[in-house]
Amino acid sequence: MSINWYKYASPASFYFLAGRMIPYFSIAAIVLLIVGLYIGFFVAPTDFQQGEAYRIIFIHVPAAWMSMFLYVVMAFWAGIGLAFNTRLSSMMATAIAPTGAMFTFIALWTGAWWGKPMWGTWWVWDARLTSELILFFLYIGFMSLQAAIDDPRRADKAGAIIALVGVVNIPIIYFSVQWWNTLHQGASVSIAQSPKMATAMLAGMLIMALAVWMYSIAMILMRARTIILERERHTAWVAELKGITR
Amino acid sequence: MLQGSNLECARGDRVLFSGINFSIKPGELMQVRGPNGSGKTSLLRMLCGLTVPSSGEINWNGTSIRSLGADYFSMITYLGHLSGVKDDLTAIENLRITSALAGVAIDEKIAYEALQKMGLEERETLLAKVLSQGQKRRVALARLILVNTKLWILDEPLTALDVSAIELIKNIIERYLAQGGMVILTTHQEIDISATVTHQLYLS
Amino acid sequence: MLTWVIRRDLLLAVRRQADVLTTLFFFIIVVSLFPLGVGPEMNTLRIMAPGIVWVAALLASMLSLGRMFSNDYLDGTLEQILLSPTSLSLLVLGKMLSHWLITGVPLVLMAPVLGIQYDLPFSALVVLTLSLLLGTPILSLIGAIGAALTLGLRGGGVLVSLLVLPLYIPVLIFGAGAVEASTAGLGFEAHFSLLGAFLLVSLVFAPWATAASLRISME
Repeated sequence: MSINWYKYASPASFYFLAGRMIPYFSIAAIVLLIVGLYIGFFVAPTDFQQGEAYRIIFIHVPAAWMSMFLYVVMAFWAGIGLAFNTRLSSMMATAIAPTGAMFTFIALWTGAWWGKPMWGTWWVWDARLTSELILFFLYIGFMSLQAAIDDPRRADKAGAIIALVGVVNIPIIYFSVQWWNTLHQGASVSIAQSPKMATAMLAGMLIMALAVWMYSIAMILMRARTIILERERHTAWVAELKGITR
Repeated sequence: MLQGSNLECARGDRVLFSGINFSIKPGELMQVRGPNGSGKTSLLRMLCGLTVPSSGEINWNGTSIRSLGADYFSMITYLGHLSGVKDDLTAIENLRITSALAGVAIDEKIAYEALQKMGLEERETLLAKVLSQGQKRRVALARLILVNTKLWILDEPLTALDVSAIELIKNIIERYLAQGGMVILTTHQEIDISATVTHQLYLS
Repeated sequence: MLTWVIRRDLLLAVRRQADVLTTLFFFIIVVSLFPLGVGPEMNTLRIMAPGIVWVAALLASMLSLGRMFSNDYLDGTLEQILLSPTSLSLLVLGKMLSHWLITGVPLVLMAPVLGIQYDLPFSALVVLTLSLLLGTPILSLIGAIGAALTLGLRGGGVLVSLLVLPLYIPVLIFGAGAVEASTAGLGFEAHFSLLGAFLLVSLVFAPWATAASLRISME
């Protein structure tokens, strides 16, 4: 691909590019979400072991995937911003954090909903759920640190350090939680573990994963646009922008 | 030679100063002046390498101080408006530790002599918390006698000092300049330091 | 150079013993509160002891993080440290080591006494003490990153707990796990090897990350 990426690395051109892309991603997210939920809740066959309750995985699993993936993406952009001093990358990291935290929260919440009919308890100290909870703490730490710092450049850099430290630690944390779990012979929740997943189940899951992707991209672009406006409010191009929109 | 070109300092949205140019050679003095809040301290911290200018460049003999890193730190001495004197250490301990940090390990005898030169006889082994503001400042300034650097960056070195101490500092700075040192300082007081060339830098 | 920093911090700690003792007594009080909360049933307490002692050690170590850099920050010494021609990572390593000597070592020494409160057998007491000896330096090393990042911030003390506690989890799991494994008659060598590996990794990365954080915070 011979796109000149540097053209989009300036906050101003990114602002307009993002503005044009948001509607497409939003529409895609809504359509995929409706289709995915329909397949998940009405088309996919009832699980012979878990009954109807298993259908929560169509939300739980994509949310959990996305929450982990977004942390890595966030750390990546924050690291790029720290290393090359590119403001837009740092703004992207800041924009990603709330969406990532929301997905960890959804994954935890739906995990509890699923656990109740399965085991009769809302919370199980299972390795995956526990790791997800710790991931949630890591997101909260990143966001609180950035919120506590007034100077946006310092916030960007400090956030980058803690995101990178976090991303190095995530495998260690995950591994140690798993060790801890096997040692204590706790319950093992494997929500998505069906030996033969019906095609409709698989399709629903993939469509929901795609919907979650589209939603994340749309939300992150929207938030990035807001951050850009806030940070660049004294520049000439934002001043012009106001003139046009009024 | 230290050279600053087109320096700008921004704090959040506010631009404290911009378009600052200067160059200072061995034996020369630069006084930075300006009202409170004009960014004198920010400029000095920038020249030390503690902060990065939002635009512009600072070069030492043609090389950016950023790329010099620790080599640059070994050539400068910075005294901020916080003295870096620990209340729970004695004057001698304070001086020995700050000198060690600056890369000059000194024994007690040398530290003792330096403190005496700064007019702190009989105070050497007292904890800094019983010293007055002016005396603490003298402890911090005693480092200037000991270090062997090419550039001094002094932020309000004369605050809290009495007349005799100001005279002392003036002499130390003049001797240093005569030996080919460079000094950048800010001060409220009118002080007449003789140097081959004295630059005045106004921030507004 | 390293010794200068450590000597200075130890000297300061000796002149201000109250700071050291507060952390230690916090540790003792937290550990002593649990029996009052869960009841004096010795069998329960014996099971919970390693976890309680370790969590209390985590909290005590974390509470003292604020002092690591903030005094130097307030009196201007930190600027001088940043401007030292010596590598900042090395100086920071000195600060971390002295933090451990001042707060970590007293916890390690106190742990067996607290273990007796919980009726731990002798072998478990030894493993508990050794696991703390191996684990508390990691707490100082990782904690320094959080302390450096929150330097001079409003509510920095609470914030540092949000940043640092999740990162302490592996140390907690393997530290307390070693004691549990030994009481269960299983080997605890694997736990110790892993703690040792964490220690080495954090010795390599933490000073560097803390140095970078300090430069960011001092801008």
